[in-house]
Amino acid sequence: MKYIDDFRDGALARGLASAIAAEVQPGREYRLMEFCGGHTHAISRYGIADLLPPSIRLIHGPGCPVCVLPIGRIDQAIRLALDRGAILCTYADTLRVPASGKLTLQKAKAQGADVRMIYSTADALAIARAQPGREVVFLAIGFETTTPPTAVAVIQAAAEGLKNFSVLCNHVLTPAAMHAILNVAQGVRLDGFIGPAHVSTVIGSAPYEPFPRDYGKPVVIAGFEPLDVMRAIQMLIRQINEGRAEVENEFTRAVTRAGNRKAQVLVERVFELRDAFEWRGLGTVPHSALRLRDEYARFDAERKFAVSYVAVPDHKACECAAILRGEKRPEECKIFATACTPETPIGSCMVSSEGACAAHYSYGRFRSAA
Amino acid sequence: MCLAMPALVVELCDNDEAVVDLDGVKKRISLALVEEVAVGDYVILHVGYALQKLDIEEAEATLALFRQLAAEQGG
Ligand code: SF4
Repeated sequence: MKYIDDFRDGALARGLASAIAAEVQPGREYRLMEFCGGHTHAISRYGIADLLPPSIRLIHGPGCPVCVLPIGRIDQAIRLALDRGAILCTYADTLRVPASGKLTLQKAKAQGADVRMIYSTADALAIARAQPGREVVFLAIGFETTTPPTAVAVIQAAAEGLKNFSVLCNHVLTPAAMHAILNVAQGVRLDGFIGPAHVSTVIGSAPYEPFPRDYGKPVVIAGFEPLDVMRAIQMLIRQINEGRAEVENEFTRAVTRAGNRKAQVLVERVFELRDAFEWRGLGTVPHSALRLRDEYARFDAERKFAVSYVAVPDHKACECAAILRGEKRPEECKIFATACTPETPIGSCMVSSEGACAAHYSYGRFRSAA
Repeated sequence: MCLAMPALVVELCDNDEAVVDLDGVKKRISLALVEEVAVGDYVILHVGYALQKLDIEEAEATLALFRQLAAEQGG
């Protein structure tokens, strides 16, 4: 497919790899965090780490929305579906995330909960229109990429006067999580960030400007294809070698400094900042997530059904929290690939293909064992 | 979750919708988040919505740069 395969060309990848190898300074280590789960997936799938000199260390960040959602948030959705009889609509990735009491949304479904997998927020609205006698709740998760479609659905529901539709809002913010990573006491040493692709199409490159300015960390926004990631790595290495820290944009075919203003305006209309939100791995981070504005309170499932969030600790063997902070690697978890596999995930990082554990299980396991 | 891909717009429809071609598969998507999309444009598609128009000139310039970088390495 045009503009996908072009950016996966193996010969060009080898060329870029030797260009990178030629620029790496001897005796220097480069510790780069790919914030985004989509990049984690691309790096594992295309074996990008294998093409790079060993002094470049790629560290997975917290940018997988399913991974950072704490157990208590899935519990809320399960309670709405099981105890309140709501039709719970969700994107596929959340279905198998382990929740309290050995439940998942999928297992709740087997116990009679009405859980529906949807592809788009438009599907959730269609279900609400078709079943006016039932409450329909959309479990909204995701970073700035996934928030605008939720905003469109809420505005549409308001325009149509839909009374049986609401949103369990778990939309989270990328820059806030990057601040949290840099502020973790004794956190990982990072020399720069590979900035998210599609999040940046929406928010633009400007929101990353504090990271070079206030922390001295370069950020290079990269597209999702393997050549994009490699080029961004080269741009970061150059900044580090030259002692520069700037926001640079490799993904110029889709990202501008201002981003998608139309989408931003819609998000602004529907959502406001939460005072704080608990993340798996990062703990409670101030101003890091969104909720519906008072004006749209009737579409806010948390307020409509008074289902409050109750924090629940992770499985005691699971290292997701440390992995999401970039402190540990999947293979350092004692139950990685034994008790915890994509078929029987114990932690959230094994569920989504963007999760560090799932990506490593599918593509990287044998390589690092060799 | 954040996976999204470029898709070719083949038809504009009512209600701010369009039909895109994704590797031969036709799909109806929403244009509610983008402006001034025309047939023949590529858009980045995510959960049923076009998130951004792909800038073809920039895409070609990036590819040309990759070819040049690879050529400099004798590749
Ligand atoms: S392997 Fe499983 S249990 Fe271990 S950190 Fe990853 S998701 Fe958690």
